[in-house]
Amino acid sequence: MSGSAPYLRLQGVSKSFGSFTALQDIALDVHEGEFVCFLGPSGCGKTTLLRIIAGLEIQSAGQITQAGVDISALPPSQRDFGIVFQSYALFPNLNVNRNVAYGLENAGSARAATAQRVEELLALVGLPDQGTKYPAQLSGGQQQRVALARALAMSPGLLLLDEPLSALDAQVRGHLRHEIKSLQRRLGVTTIMVTHDQEEALTMADRIVVMDHGVVEQVGTPLEIYREPVSPFVANFIGTMNQLPCEVNGTGGVKLGVLSIACQDHSVESGASAILAIRPEDVIPHGAGARSPGAPDIIETPGNTFDARIEDMEFLGSFFRAELSGQVLGEAHLLADFSINAVRRMGLETGKELTVELPAERVRVYAGTAV
Amino acid sequence: MTDATLNPVSNRGPRARFNLEAWVMRGGIAIAGLFLIVAVILPLYAMLSKSFEDKDGAFIGLTNYVAYFDTPSLSYSISNSLTVSIVATIIVITLAFAYAYAITRTCMRFKGFFRLVALVPILAPSLLPGISFIYMFGKKGFMRELLMGEPIYGFIGIVLGSSFWTFPHALLIMITALSLSDARLYEAAEALRASKLRTFFTVTLPGAKYGVISAIFVVFTLVITDFGVPKVIGGQYSVLATDIYKQVIGQQNFQMGAVVSVMLLIPAVLAFTVDRLVQRRQVALLSARAVPYAPKPSRGRDIGALIFCSVMAGMLLLVLGVAAYASLVKFWPYNLSLGFTHYNFEIMDGGGWGAWFNSMKMAGLTALIGTTLVFTVAYLVEKGQDARFGRVVIQAMAMVPLAVPGMVLGLAYIFFFNNPANPLNGIYATMAILVLSTVAHFYTVAHLTAVTALKQIDGEFESVSSSLKVPFWTTFRRVTVPVCQPAIFSMAVYLFMNAMTTVSAVVFLYSPDTNLASVAVMNMDDAGDIAPAAAMAMMIVYTNLTVVLIYGLLSRLVEKRTQAWRQR
Repeated sequence: MSGSAPYLRLQGVSKSFGSFTALQDIALDVHEGEFVCFLGPSGCGKTTLLRIIAGLEIQSAGQITQAGVDISALPPSQRDFGIVFQSYALFPNLNVNRNVAYGLENAGSARAATAQRVEELLALVGLPDQGTKYPAQLSGGQQQRVALARALAMSPGLLLLDEPLSALDAQVRGHLRHEIKSLQRRLGVTTIMVTHDQEEALTMADRIVVMDHGVVEQVGTPLEIYREPVSPFVANFIGTMNQLPCEVNGTGGVKLGVLSIACQDHSVESGASAILAIRPEDVIPHGAGARSPGAPDIIETPGNTFDARIEDMEFLGSFFRAELSGQVLGEAHLLADFSINAVRRMGLETGKELTVELPAERVRVYAGTAV
Repeated sequence: MTDATLNPVSNRGPRARFNLEAWVMRGGIAIAGLFLIVAVILPLYAMLSKSFEDKDGAFIGLTNYVAYFDTPSLSYSISNSLTVSIVATIIVITLAFAYAYAITRTCMRFKGFFRLVALVPILAPSLLPGISFIYMFGKKGFMRELLMGEPIYGFIGIVLGSSFWTFPHALLIMITALSLSDARLYEAAEALRASKLRTFFTVTLPGAKYGVISAIFVVFTLVITDFGVPKVIGGQYSVLATDIYKQVIGQQNFQMGAVVSVMLLIPAVLAFTVDRLVQRRQVALLSARAVPYAPKPSRGRDIGALIFCSVMAGMLLLVLGVAAYASLVKFWPYNLSLGFTHYNFEIMDGGGWGAWFNSMKMAGLTALIGTTLVFTVAYLVEKGQDARFGRVVIQAMAMVPLAVPGMVLGLAYIFFFNNPANPLNGIYATMAILVLSTVAHFYTVAHLTAVTALKQIDGEFESVSSSLKVPFWTTFRRVTVPVCQPAIFSMAVYLFMNAMTTVSAVVFLYSPDTNLASVAVMNMDDAGDIAPAAAMAMMIVYTNLTVVLIYGLLSRLVEKRTQAWRQR
């Protein structure tokens, strides 16, 4: 292996509860200073994996090393991490200062040093002068910051966040998302966050680990995950993805109905039925009959285009989402996002006929059958 | 290139390294389990095996049971016990439901007052209503004409007395059940033009169903296992609880006492099991978004409720008042001048004022030790992350005492601790065994209170602590106990009041040096000193009343001091 050794390394980590397999053979490297998100639907094992890294749950098999030390068998108190839970788990009978100082006091640090550190931490999370309040007197967002300050108090090498934002309302959430990310950048603390919110993962993470049914589906940067999802599950879990039934032809392209479509490289063998996937925003609208000579906006190379009809249009604020039908599509419908501009310019509305293009560099093909 | 046998990743789970916290936790769970085995399981086992032995301790199978059913004077008690229990249950459930309905679903005035008055019987030993009813309906009773010649001693007395002291237990459950209702269900019923009666049968009753069922089993169990009422007022009408006492104390026939105990254990365990099963089916009818029901004024209904509650409260206060009055009257019914002569316990058999001091000591120790113990065990069971099997077993054992009648537990303690081969034989006939038996006797309710409180606090406190390198016992002391303080207080008061009033388990376990107030009531009544018995019973009431008042004051004080962080 080249480059620096990973800060945290999971190898073959599995966990089963009775006959239920929660995690299966997880391997993952996290580098120092990285912000990694575990993303997946509820029950996919992401929280279990986080708890195993913390030592709150013991894996059935596998090894974990942190900073070069094998921590697989260490109890949580002998590991090096700070944690923020969804419920924050702030001690209700202790004020903010005492909450943040909880670990420091026990470690026997001097009173003045503790007080100074607490002050520093509260300033860091943007809550100066709130130290004498009790958790119940704070808003949800403020409680979240206190929990963060408490988790950072012992200067842990690893910060674990278990759905830290899901109990907050949308506005506070968006704000805190940004703050946590910039705080993490400033401190450079290696961070793992569990979330089921794709937007949270896309905006905060350096790398996303998409999980489903106890296995890692894909690891990659937000852009990689969004642009090149390795499976229909990942494609669907993050953003929206059209999935159309098709058949792989001899040239590496696919046949959608009677139409041949050029697409990205794939590994499905020719002749097999497959899934054609494209994101709604990648569908390009053209005027009706754009392929016929003499049309005002004629397409020079009319590959990957076909005629369609707008069955329904939904206004979603910054764009319209159209549901398209067409002969090529058969029974299936195609979702396409059209900018307000395009809609105005082309006079798109329900019932309107148009030509759509599926750009080859945006069309992905997966094995399986679309439902 | 890879060699499967040299796979660096072990395919077995890692063995946790030595971890002081985990071992302290496991040790605590082991000690808790051991305590419950010694205090509950082994004595019951000793009692059960005794019922299959002859006087010399040889195993004789079912011979004792055959003898029991061949003796009509004994086996007749089974139907007697069932009859009084069923009749008393029907009466109490009907009255308690109406009373609870008035408190929760009408706009009657003085709700708080009626609620408090209804709880008065809890302060008194179950012997007290028996004594009062003798003054009211006995041979010289001032209301004896109401019975139209029927004697109070026997069936009528037991039903009346049992109804008095079990009323608050049923009422508390019913109030809880009827308080939890969603106003929107009533609005929906009204919008659908359902009649008042139809709404009652389709919304109110189903909503309170589980509460009613639970109350039925609780009252039935309380009545059938009670010793105090039938002892004082049962006369010739023998029931299972008094039979155990007669066999053991009167005839020294321990084996037959054990057989009767088993007879009493069966219905108690059955009622307990059914209740548990029913409660398990109870799903939260009240979602977080439910709107609490607020009754609207309705003149006729509210006045009816006020009249009903006034009559009920009046009767409850009358029973208590008669005992209070009788304890002060010089010589009923001939010299009605008042004085404290009957409170001069020193000239009576029964242990004198020493018995009251012993009771105070016993109740204080039970509250102190019991609360500490029960709460700690509940914490280990609820928050422990290790020793899953052990915790499940402890959880199950903690439920057992609720199904075990006090008389049965007391007898079981004789068999187990009076055995010379038992290393714990030394505590027999001491204060220690009284405290131990009382803690065991009332263990379950205290345990459930603790568990409920612990379930309400965040489950991640221990995880956060360990991430901050703080051992769980520090968090227990600094966070868990302070947060659960209200529950801890109420556990202590519950244990104290029950220790003051209980007769059933301790009647087998007290010694001349450790006479108790409640037992003294029984013994003085037995000796015909009924007025001093009433006086001692009232002393118990006054003591409990004082404790409740102190508790109220203390709670308010603590509430004030902690209101900054306590929500709700």
